[in-house]
Amino acid sequence: MSDVFVLAEHRQGELRDITLEMLTLANGVAEKLGGNTVAVLLGSGVDSFAEKVSGYSDKVLYIDDPLFEDYNSEKYQRVLAALLDDYKPTLLMVGHTTQGVDMAPALAVEKQLPFISDVFEFEFEDGKPIPVRQFYGGKVNANVAFKGDPPYLATIREASVEVGEPSKQGSVEKIDSPLKEDIDYRRFIEYIEAEVGDVDITQSEILVAVGRGVREDKNMPMVEELAQVLKADLCGSRAATDAGWLPHDRQVGTSGKTVKPKLYLAIGISGAFQHLAGMKGAKTIVAINKDPEAPIFAEADYGIVDDLFKVVPVLTEKLKELKG
Amino acid sequence: MNIFVCVKRVPDTSEAEIKIDETGRDVDSSRFSFDINDADNYAVEEAIRIKEARGGNVQVICAGPQDADVMIRMALAKGGDSAVRIDDPRINKNDPLQMAKVLAAYIKEQEYDLVMTGCMANDNWFMATGVALAEELGVPHAAMVNQVEFLDGKVKAHRELEGGLSEVVEMELPAVLTIQTGINEPRYAPIRGIRAAQKKELKVLNLDDLGISEEEVSENSSLIELQKLYIPEVVSKAEFIEGEPEEKAQIMADKLVKGGLL
Ligand SMILES: Cc1cc2nc3c(=O)[nH]c(=O)nc-3n(C[C@H](O)[C@H](O)[C@H](O)COP(=O)(O)OP(=O)(O)OC[C@H]3O[C@@H](n4cnc5c(N)ncnc54)[C@H](O)[C@@H]3O)c2cc1C
Ligand SMILES: Nc1ncnc2c1ncn2[C@@H]1O[C@H](COP(=O)(O)O)[C@@H](O)[C@H]1O
Repeated sequence: MSDVFVLAEHRQGELRDITLEMLTLANGVAEKLGGNTVAVLLGSGVDSFAEKVSGYSDKVLYIDDPLFEDYNSEKYQRVLAALLDDYKPTLLMVGHTTQGVDMAPALAVEKQLPFISDVFEFEFEDGKPIPVRQFYGGKVNANVAFKGDPPYLATIREASVEVGEPSKQGSVEKIDSPLKEDIDYRRFIEYIEAEVGDVDITQSEILVAVGRGVREDKNMPMVEELAQVLKADLCGSRAATDAGWLPHDRQVGTSGKTVKPKLYLAIGISGAFQHLAGMKGAKTIVAINKDPEAPIFAEADYGIVDDLFKVVPVLTEKLKELKG
Repeated sequence: MNIFVCVKRVPDTSEAEIKIDETGRDVDSSRFSFDINDADNYAVEEAIRIKEARGGNVQVICAGPQDADVMIRMALAKGGDSAVRIDDPRINKNDPLQMAKVLAAYIKEQEYDLVMTGCMANDNWFMATGVALAEELGVPHAAMVNQVEFLDGKVKAHRELEGGLSEVVEMELPAVLTIQTGINEPRYAPIRGIRAAQKKELKVLNLDDLGISEEEVSENSSLIELQKLYIPEVVSKAEFIEGEPEEKAQIMADKLVKGGLL
């Protein structure tokens, strides 16, 4: 009754990181609630995922059915609605991912669930989980409480928890699918892989990354020159690629690339979590931003709070001198 | 094709210092500059492009105060045909499911083929209103769309997934699409359009006009409650470089070259 359910997420034969992240978070919550963590896995022939998630949960409910070969929010919604009725967990966690946000709000409306999106942490009050989320691009935190009766629904932000070694041995229970036939008002057609560009930034040793702070296309030569002195490749935030200053394959973040360079210079980037998730793994991060409260500084090793237009050209000159 | 596009007026807080107001549950927005939400700007452009290619009508919907009219007129200047603003202080702005109910109350009485929202509002980051709206309307949806095609009464939507991968889904019309930034290049409003927009219809409605009771969409009846807002303590391990801009550049250059960071 006080169980925490977690929807396992996978795509194209891979279990996605968010799954174990959510289970890790769920184990903490379930412990406080005095309940179990239950992983819900929908898929076709994904026994290895069932095995994997059982290491992080008390129980795995596994529906193995060709109907779930590919993700379809409508089918997932039907199944989860039925499972909530049958099992009445206290909380259901779904990834705040492109899969989760495509389904969770509709499920919440259908089942009239107290629903909070983009949660990264839980506090507790009188034994009740209080989700914590952010507003204004990470500048403000908010505690938002569920009202009314469970089940509660939360979508969970990616990369907000560290996943440890497996510590459980949950039982795997195969159950029948409550969905008996295919749904055709929304059909999955195909995946389209991203186009491959001239430079693969996931392999770059040094990256100069630009954001909206660079303001206009005509300011790009300034950062290109810096990149040249540093023998770095250029990449950017989504704001920079949307604006067309850089090709799309140079975008860093959840909807772009995950990079792990030795050095990452973030110039005029605020540090939205979708961006941070893609560059946190850099060895050294230098951030130049005129806003001292920009979330990018939380991840940076070196911070320069100043106008980038004043700092970057001088930095380029100084580097040229030093490197002779 | 009858298209409805939902737009929200949001503050630009990327460079602003944020202060929590005395209620502890809202921010002091007196010094913010406001404009149309990023993703909604792309949604408006996409709607107008579809109309230009296939004919039809684009109606702009916004729930918000009168200050939003400037932004709404701008969308009309670009090619929107008419607009509705739902103005009622009783609406809870912190619950996307209730906002979806409000928007749905209007849209479901209209004839529509396509509804577009942005995929995310930059102030609250819910990423929920559009998909909830689809469920309220009882029509299929696709979230995070970065390309749209039409074929025989169906829409093919390309959903942008993680890591640059896309997924193509096909749906019956009417449908709801939540639009991702970067789907197109939003145009600037032409001067002539700006003049014409002043004459286009902009209806203002409240909850009573929509036939929704306060009970359904007010904070009291919400299933969630914003308890408090607070500025997160930033635990930064960063070494901040001090001085005039030139000094900072010099120090940083030294660290990069001599500190073996390259
Ligand atoms: C589903 C989804 C997926 C997304 N995926 C990604 C992703 O993969 N990657 C990504 O980056 N974003 C992604 N985003 C967008 C993300 O939420 C942010 O909107 C984006 O990262 C902001 O880019 P930015 O930091 O360049 O711009 P802003 O947030 O506008 O920040 C600009 C920064 O520049 C600073 N600045 C301005 N002028 C100056 C100056 N003269 N000197 C110094 N500093 C200055 C400002 O203080 C500010 O901090 C995604 C969003 C959604 C909804
Ligand atoms: N007050 C509003 N008026 C009109 N549309 C809105 C409003 N709030 C949210 N939306 C739409 O819903 C989208 C997603 O918002 P959110 O779920 O809050 O992130 C926005 O991009 C808008 O298109």
